[in-house]
Order: sequence, then structure tokens, then C-alpha cells
Amino acid sequence: MTTASRLLDADEIKRVVTRIAHEILERNKGAGNVALVGIAARGDDLARRLAAEIARIEGVRVPVGVLDITFYRDDIGLRAEAPEVHETRVDFDITGKVVVLVDDVLFSGRTIRAAMDALMDFGRPAAIRLAVLVDRGHRELPIRADFVGKNVPTRQDEDVRVTLLETDGEDAVFVDEHQETHR
Amino acid sequence: MKRHLLSIDDVTGEDIVRILDTAESFREVGTRVIKKVPALRGRTVVNLFYENSTRTRISFELAAKRLSADVINFTTSGTSVAKGESLKDTALTLQAMGADAVVIRHSSSGAPQALTRWIHGSVLNAGDGTHEHPTQALLDLYTIREKLGRFEGVRVAIVGDVLHSRVARSLSFALAKVGAEVTLVGPPTLIPPDAPRWGVNVSYDIDAVLPKLDVCYLLRVQRERQRQQYFPTVREYAQLFGLTRERVGLLPDDALIMHPGPMNRGVEIDSDVADLPRALMEEQVTNGIAVRMSLLYLLLGGGGEEASADA
Repeated sequence: MTTASRLLDADEIKRVVTRIAHEILERNKGAGNVALVGIAARGDDLARRLAAEIARIEGVRVPVGVLDITFYRDDIGLRAEAPEVHETRVDFDITGKVVVLVDDVLFSGRTIRAAMDALMDFGRPAAIRLAVLVDRGHRELPIRADFVGKNVPTRQDEDVRVTLLETDGEDAVFVDEHQETHR
Repeated sequence: MKRHLLSIDDVTGEDIVRILDTAESFREVGTRVIKKVPALRGRTVVNLFYENSTRTRISFELAAKRLSADVINFTTSGTSVAKGESLKDTALTLQAMGADAVVIRHSSSGAPQALTRWIHGSVLNAGDGTHEHPTQALLDLYTIREKLGRFEGVRVAIVGDVLHSRVARSLSFALAKVGAEVTLVGPPTLIPPDAPRWGVNVSYDIDAVLPKLDVCYLLRVQRERQRQQYFPTVREYAQLFGLTRERVGLLPDDALIMHPGPMNRGVEIDSDVADLPRALMEEQVTNGIAVRMSLLYLLLGGGGEEASADA
């Protein structure tokens, strides 16, 4: 049996996105050299929202890309089925840009490692930053986020589930707690 | 997905969609400056070619290399095979060397099937005798879907030496699986007698078929078979079944022209027809790399221990 508790609702997610947009602008002293790359799925939705906020605040349209990290995963061949692949579209040159990677949940850090490797194959960014909606801890690699929506202490066996309007029809973050753990 | 790809029978309609969708992502990789991803790093893919086929071998080689796999090309001239080694012993050798996948082209139908008895990894059929050539069929499906956006009700004619063509067999079966309408066209001597059981139509009159097509797929005239008198002369074949400039006029304006290569210009296709924008031979080649990447990825990227750990 699983019980879900709501961590963030639609209004809170909206305020978080606005705050992170401000933080990105503050840290970079404007939107000049910034590009946003969202990690599929849902990181790309968040990246587009951040870009819209930056456009509203600063009047600058920053380039937005979407990155699928499947081909860079470290567990290919360890699973029963090959991981499902999503779209990748980075149709601007990232060389010399400050690329902000955007993802919904930061957990082990393995996805971010794969995303950095993937990004390096597209060019040589001036810097890579990381923005996440939720940081739930339990890192397995030396990676930390530069912009965090909400820090949430979790147990390893809990699931943090982000739903977004664009993909799932609702803006929310849930923590799913499994009553019967199988480990 | 099954572990091997020996014939179109090994994939379901659902698998085909997954293979083509995954190939789309690999098409994107092919547009990058660095056309390589680390997905199959450390895996070994062997190209075992008992028949000459530079195009197919290069396509598989490039596909494996763009996935960061190590590639060994095992061709038969000047090797242990020329010294009389049997298929079994070659297979056992490759198995002992740790091949994760073997891509085999062989003049005998069923050789890839036999290989699966001795190889623990995946076997991919790159053409066996007059049996099947499933990766060619899948890259053709990719090309059709990319241009037309659908399969349901798409009308395809496969024209030429269907009897000896493994491409025609695989393509017919694959198109039937995804809901396209196939008509086999050629002289009666080159249409297999059991064709009606494939779920396809048969016609001996290309001019009657052309006006109703979305895709005109031409097979290579295998001149080496000419000695066996399947048709009187190559010239006569060209007149009766070749896609000439005049016959292109019978095709609907937006109908596509495809050919698995290598072409005989002036025989099954007129030279200037082969150069029309709607003749898709170059697209077929480009898509072939992406589709073969997709197949290698899907066949080698699964099969691990953690079957249910992360659903």
C-alpha cells in the first residue's frame, strides 16, 4: 500500500519557479549569456517555464533546449529492457554559454553526471549550473545544485513524484510512502 | 523484444514502433558534430560477412561505432573460413572472444538461426540467402513513416525479382504487420507461387498498378541470375517493368520511389528517375544507420539482471 502526501501545490511551484528565475539572473548579473537545458522528461517543461519568467522579468528570451540522457546512463545492459528514449533538441551553440541544467528531482546525482557528459558532446560551455525543483538527498556522486526549489529530507525507499501541467495535467509534488517495503 | 533479430517474425507491430521511435533519437545524434554516444561502451559487435556487401557492413559498422561499441569485421576471404573452418567453429571462436552481438550475412537461408545455437549474445540477420533481410525492411519502414507519417492504408508496390529477394520478403511481412497494402509486381516467373498467402496482392502489369501507389519500391535485377532464364533479356525486363521517365508520369505526383541499392541505372530504374527529389535512396542509407543503432541499442541495452528493480 502507498500513501501520498502533497509536498508542493501549484501556487508554491509557481513561486519557486519565479524565485529561481530571479536567482539565476542575480547570479549571472542578467540573462546575457544564459541558456537553459531541461532534462527530459519534465525538466524541459520547467526549463520553458523558467525561460518565460526570465523573459517577463528581464525582457530577454534565453535559448531553451531539451536533453535526453538515456544514451549516457551508467546502467544500460543492467536492466531487463533497454531504457526508453526521449527527444533531444539543442538547436543552439552552447559553446561559451552559461548553461543551466534543469531537472525536477535531484536524487543520486547519476542523471546529472550523464547530462553533463551529454552536454560536453554538444560544445564547451563557459559554465554548467544546476537548477532543481526538489532536492531529496541521498547523493551517490559529488554533485550539488546551484538553485533549489525545496530541500526535502526523504527516506531512500520513498518516492518523490513531480507532476506538471504540460505532461500530467496538474502541478504538484508528492512524496509516496510505501507501507510494505520490499528491501 | 526478443534477443535476436532473425526475421520480421521476431518483432511485433509494437516492437516496430519502438524501434522506429528510438531510431528517431539516433537520427538526431547523427546531426551533431560529435555523432557518437557512449550507450554501448565496452560491448563487442562482430560483423560476420560470408557474402560481400560493403554497404550493409559499413552501415552496421558505423552504427556500432556511433554507439561506442568495439567492432570486429570478420570477412570470409583470407581468413580461417577460407581455410575451411565451419560456421560452428567460427561461431564458437567468436563466442570464446566474448562477442556481445554477431551481425551475419550468409548465402544460405537459415544460417543466422543456426548461429543462435552457439552464440550467447544477440544475432542480427543482415541477409540470409533468399530468406530475409529484416534490418533493410525496418529502415524502409522508417523512411516511409518519416515521409508519409503513417502506415495504415499506405499502398506500396514491390517491383521486380520477388522470388529471389530477401528484401521483398522482409518488407512485405513488415508492411503487412503495420497495416499497409502491398502489391507484388513482376513477371510471373519471378513472383513466388505462395505469394497470395503472404497477405499481399499480385500483379503482372506495372502500368495498371502505378496510378494507385503511395510508394513504388524497386528491387535490383540480379543479372547473375539471368543465366537461369527467368526472363528473356535484361532489355525486355527494362521495357516491361523498369521505372522509366514515362512510367513516372503514371505515378501520383507525391508518390515516393525507393530502392534498396545498389541500383542498375537503365534497368529497373531510369537514370534520371533515380535522381528525382522523390527518389529516396540516399535517405534510406542515412536512415539505415539510425535504425541499426536503434536495433543494437534495444537488443544489447536490455537483458540484465535487474529485471524488476526499477520499473
